[in-house]
Amino acid sequence: MVMTESATERPETHTVRRLARPDPAARGRGGQRFLLLGLVLAGAYSLFPVWWLIVAATKDRTGLYQTSGLWFSGMHLWDNLHQLVTYDHGIFLRWTANSFLYAGVGSLGGTLIALATGYGLARFDFPGRGVVFACVVGSFLIPIALLTLPLYLVFSSIGLVDTPWAMLIPCLINPFSVYLAKVYTEATVPFELLEAARLDGAGELRIFFSIVLRMMSTGGATVFLLAFVNTWNAFFLPLTVLRGEENWTLNLGLYNWTGKRLESGIDLTSLVLTGALLSIVPLAIMMTAMRRYWRTGVTLGALK
Amino acid sequence: MIRSQRWKGAAFTLPFQLGFVFLYLIPIGYAVHQSLFREQRSGLGLGGATVTFAGLDNYRHGLTDPAFMSSVLRVVLFACVQIPVMLALSLLLALCLDALTARAAARFRMLLLIPYMIPGVVAAIVWINLYSPDVGPLTSLGGFFGSAWNFFAPSMVWPSIGNLLTWHGIGYNMVIIYAALQVVPRELFEAARLDGASETRIALSIKVPQVRGALVLTGMLSIIQMLQIFNEPALFRNVTPQTVSDSFTPIMIVYNQAFNAGNYHYAAALSVLLALVLGVASFLFYRLTSKETD
Repeated sequence: MVMTESATERPETHTVRRLARPDPAARGRGGQRFLLLGLVLAGAYSLFPVWWLIVAATKDRTGLYQTSGLWFSGMHLWDNLHQLVTYDHGIFLRWTANSFLYAGVGSLGGTLIALATGYGLARFDFPGRGVVFACVVGSFLIPIALLTLPLYLVFSSIGLVDTPWAMLIPCLINPFSVYLAKVYTEATVPFELLEAARLDGAGELRIFFSIVLRMMSTGGATVFLLAFVNTWNAFFLPLTVLRGEENWTLNLGLYNWTGKRLESGIDLTSLVLTGALLSIVPLAIMMTAMRRYWRTGVTLGALK
Repeated sequence: MIRSQRWKGAAFTLPFQLGFVFLYLIPIGYAVHQSLFREQRSGLGLGGATVTFAGLDNYRHGLTDPAFMSSVLRVVLFACVQIPVMLALSLLLALCLDALTARAAARFRMLLLIPYMIPGVVAAIVWINLYSPDVGPLTSLGGFFGSAWNFFAPSMVWPSIGNLLTWHGIGYNMVIIYAALQVVPRELFEAARLDGASETRIALSIKVPQVRGALVLTGMLSIIQMLQIFNEPALFRNVTPQTVSDSFTPIMIVYNQAFNAGNYHYAAALSVLLALVLGVASFLFYRLTSKETD
């Protein structure tokens, strides 16, 4: 309203008059520019460490230490990659394979169990259902240390410590996945459909595998994606249950390499940075490809 | 529902129930059990150790252990600063996005979510190198402003970690708050505009109260995460062990007691204490934030 008045008082400002429509949204044109500036700054803040990492991964040691971090100097990405995959008999590739194994297989099994549990909780009324659901929600509050340390003791007493099983088995049971699966079932699997299938004589297992799982493919993809990211990012569990470096994950390996400099005087900064960049790539590809799914997962988990 | 059908439904949850017992209930029970005992080395330590019942001694020890208590206090104080700053920035960005057209908002949302795609350990590695006086650009940037910044100095470690966590978490929290904003009926804003309310006023008096639930939730998740903080300080310790001690955060103490000092009983007691602190903190936060809406 203020703008309309000033525009009529000063006829030379034609642009202002054109903008000063009764449409209230147009009032904040200056504010809009201010908003954009703020968002661009926030975007730069979000992006610049990633930019720096990309630039750093293309530099050789002298370039890394002596040139500005914000721009390229020479293209040594291939040398760095070569060094990375050949260092210590290709241990980096081993860690990559391990990360894929734990995150891929663990999340696949975990997702299947979570979908079955979510379906059972959402569509059947059995005694003890409330207790199971209370366990699911209550476990969100349990600190990792409270679980991981005794889990280590249990695993070591049955000889699972320092084997891939020590990573895979905990991935199978993920309460947050169960919670999501229950929410998705409630949203996508109608009671009537299940009743109809039962009247047609389909068994419960058959209904689950050939009808429910198919209907929940979107929800299942989200659950899998979030579980995969979670396992890929895990640090405390692998640090605790994996000892020998041939079973380590990427995170654990990179953590170890950053400590080498103070521990034994070997500076692996260049390898660490190239390795860090590579370890983002699978996640970035997966998250971008499955953007639609994980966005709903992120927000759905929060809103319900 | 037919009786047999109910049991078939229960059978779908059976694998989870078994796993939950094995991976959650047994370890928790075991931790509580362990926390009630103590290992005593007899004589000169030659005869091996005997385990004796200690009652609540480990807990008493934990509650009077200055290292443990100060690590809890350190993390709580840090949480009181970092979480409000991060959530305020996330809220601000969500409000900015909400004022844009849907297409522009989608682009910025993707851009601001990039840090969330990066694993926490890798994010810490990147920032540690950005802070590094050898390879990072930030130290020399400080020189530009008059004095060289030392991000690993004792007084700077928490701000350095805080910036890292804020960078990593801002996009995720913004998306949750933004999603909550989208659910608010648009007519509310239109009505306020017709009544002559400014956009800022609408944001403060209508939008912010409407996303209160999302703020409580993101706040709760952040508190739970923060009390368990381990990865970032552990990585900082890798490059600056002088300033980040091995008893910097509660979980670091638990880890050290268990794996370096070999004192599982005490570590178990500390982790149970930490779980109680976590429960109390979440409960208090929930009560405090939901009370105001009454």
